[in-house]
Amino acid sequence: MPMAADDIAALIREGIPDAAVEITDLAGDGDHYAARVTSASFAGMTRVKQHQAVYAALGGRMGGVLHALQLTTAVPK
Amino acid sequence: MTEDVQARIDAVVKNNPVVLFMKGSPLFPQCGFSSRAVAILQHLGVAFESVDVLQDQGVRQGIKAYSDWPTIPQLYVGGEFVGGSDIMMEMYESGELAELVQGYAKAE
Repeated sequence: MPMAADDIAALIREGIPDAAVEITDLAGDGDHYAARVTSASFAGMTRVKQHQAVYAALGGRMGGVLHALQLTTAVPK
Repeated sequence: MTEDVQARIDAVVKNNPVVLFMKGSPLFPQCGFSSRAVAILQHLGVAFESVDVLQDQGVRQGIKAYSDWPTIPQLYVGGEFVGGSDIMMEMYESGELAELVQGYAKAE
């Protein structure tokens, strides 16, 4: 069952409370999204660690029900 | 036996300077993200070893545990996990990836 954009954003905010999340539906099939996640908690973390934090918030859905999530992470300026 | 798979993966990662675990092969990538990763490495002109995870379900699942990273492709440079397709693209655009692979052998 593909995921809705709002569910993705909600899960990420649940796991990373201060995150600003922007979701773009790339293909309209509920399966290909781009997400931009900005959070102060990322400061000092490598990109890999930042992405892993987002995947942890998605609780193992990444690579499963959520096939393609193009992820960009950033620290607020 | 997962230990055996982890050991096999570890050997490949440690014995090859640049390794891309991907779906399919550089000539016949089987997934958009994998083909983008191959294109980036070819553009950088660095020699790299590729592992087709579709040929070995043990490696396909084991690599995700090995790096604690849920998707394929996965790039390793100098025995270290660098990232998946998104991070490769970000690093490529910022020039970090070119810098990272600078000291490594060029593709013929």
